[in-house]
Amino acid sequence: MYTMGLDFGSTASKGVVLKDGKEIVCTAIITSGTGTSGPERVKEKLLKESNLLESDMEAVVVTGYGRMTYQGAKKQISELSCHAKGVHFLVPDVGTVIDIGGQDIKALLLDKNGNLSNFVMNDKCAAGTGRFLDVMAGVLETEVSMLGEISMMSKAPVNISSTCTVFAESEVISHLSAGVNKEDIIAGIHISVAGRVAALAKRVGIKDKVVMVGGVAKNIGVVKAMEDALGKNIEVPKLAQLTGALGAALFAFEALNK
Amino acid sequence: MAEENKITAMKMINGLLAKSYKEAWEAKEKGIPVGWSTSVFPQEIVECFGLPLLYPENQAAGVAAKKESLSLQEKAESRGYSIDLCAYARTNFGLLENGGSENLNMPKPDFVCCCNNICNEVIKWYESLARELNIPLIMIDAAYNNSGEVSQSRIDYFVEQFKEAANQLEKISGKKFDPKKLEEVMAISSENGKLWKESMSLSKDVYPAPMNGFDLFSYMAVIVCYRGKKETTEAFKLLISELKEHIKNGTTSNRCEEKYRIMMEGIPCWPYIGYKMKSFGKYGVNMTGSVYPHAWALVYEKNDLDGLARAYCSMFNNVDLNKMTDYRVNALKDGNCEGVFYHMNRSCKLMSFIQYQMAREVHEKTGLPYASFDGDQADPRAFSDAQFETRLQGLVEVMEHQKENGGKADDNN
Repeated sequence: MYTMGLDFGSTASKGVVLKDGKEIVCTAIITSGTGTSGPERVKEKLLKESNLLESDMEAVVVTGYGRMTYQGAKKQISELSCHAKGVHFLVPDVGTVIDIGGQDIKALLLDKNGNLSNFVMNDKCAAGTGRFLDVMAGVLETEVSMLGEISMMSKAPVNISSTCTVFAESEVISHLSAGVNKEDIIAGIHISVAGRVAALAKRVGIKDKVVMVGGVAKNIGVVKAMEDALGKNIEVPKLAQLTGALGAALFAFEALNK
Repeated sequence: MAEENKITAMKMINGLLAKSYKEAWEAKEKGIPVGWSTSVFPQEIVECFGLPLLYPENQAAGVAAKKESLSLQEKAESRGYSIDLCAYARTNFGLLENGGSENLNMPKPDFVCCCNNICNEVIKWYESLARELNIPLIMIDAAYNNSGEVSQSRIDYFVEQFKEAANQLEKISGKKFDPKKLEEVMAISSENGKLWKESMSLSKDVYPAPMNGFDLFSYMAVIVCYRGKKETTEAFKLLISELKEHIKNGTTSNRCEEKYRIMMEGIPCWPYIGYKMKSFGKYGVNMTGSVYPHAWALVYEKNDLDGLARAYCSMFNNVDLNKMTDYRVNALKDGNCEGVFYHMNRSCKLMSFIQYQMAREVHEKTGLPYASFDGDQADPRAFSDAQFETRLQGLVEVMEHQKENGGKADDNN
């Protein structure tokens, strides 16, 4: 029995096809989010790569920012529950999940059965999210996927104090104008993101094991800075960007078997 | 009587609110002094002089719900008032700048009444009004209660200021203070406080609750603006009889299914009140607990000035963290709530910035899940509907799971 989980985020569309609620058949990521061709493309890609038809899918669950606008889903479930579900599938002894997405930050507390028991999300503004890093990568003339690797060469990270994305960008420009190394600026950016996210996560409580997911979890610099800020090891699953879609596919399977 | 002509509590209350504004305009035309007041000022003393009072907080909420508040706030901001000030204050300053409002207009005041039992920013707001318009300010300072119960010294301090307010009002009105009249107004006001409290308590242990909790935000207009009037007594008696009728018949005025009962903390985001109600309805959530409308359940005995002072000093914003937490824990129990939704209201610093710790303490005492969303009581710029819905849905999913699991998480977090 096949189920499909789709996660239409603000900056990327992700999908997972699951067999019998256990086996990951296929995954796909398109770097265009809700409101673009991303959602359609990710579905097509999944079906093509898995050699399956849409009619083979017993149930589809959609999550993410674009979950309410997608037609044809059995259910729409928030990305909070989906990430919790997906991470627990991959890391059964998870206690806290930190998800840094394109537009928001979530810290999820899970009970021993992997169910979401409490959560906090970013407040006041969206500084520190994936979009924040996109903006910084732009001004640094660097691919966002390279930020992590470059920052690991830093010896003296700069201090980025502004919370506001635009003002933080100005700070980065000032450092660039002053001839500061890119690696030190990027490391400083990561420390500032980690500080904000760690403060949020501590509010809901940190419980071992700590797992980071979302697109930003692919950035080793942010993960290391988060480990320093929390004083804990952080595990990043291989499918870090896909845990929302995976959780959705698992919920789809559960819905069929209820 | 045809259904559409039937007098309902909602119609009666809306009528009384309109009447309170109309009476102020008529008084103004006759040269009778009109006052502006903070929402939990001891209006008893003004009412006993027969002077009409209007409430800028009510007016700001009204124009925010009608989508007019932002244009007024921008008027105030362009004059130089900081965007970090309370949006009610900015709306009110903007109203003066603009020379009125399209949706809910108020005559300019001849005196202002301020009590800081709800907020400290109101002191500067009302001082500014008094200075700008060159009118008297009646200020009652309700000392903050940092140690549980309201002490006698704080009560004495409040009562002396109340008496001084009577002296000021004698000059403003040109009338002598009449203790008999005060006694009468106190009796009516306290009766109204009791009835309001009763109407809010009727959801306890009743499934489904006899009303949509959001209706309280409409009903409360008269306990704010018309607290010392007999007509309010009649309206609340009608409201209670309607609710009791629902309870008897197992019906409700709530048009949405009630799957979950929650407490919502804080003042509503008035510019998005319709959206929020719809979202709650979509997920089957009813607000059966709230501390905010209880602010006006001011109960004391007739002729007991100390009791009046104690009631006004015990406002939920004027007490320490332990007491604030107790208020929420009790509201959750009384509403049979399964979760809490906190409004991080960027206008109300006093109510919002304590939330992180208060939410934790409430959670420790009740074990109930909670979520928080950003917004503002009257500034539409601080709210994102998608962010709101994700958090609401997340809370609903946690409540759903806990319901299936017998009311709690699978372990102690």
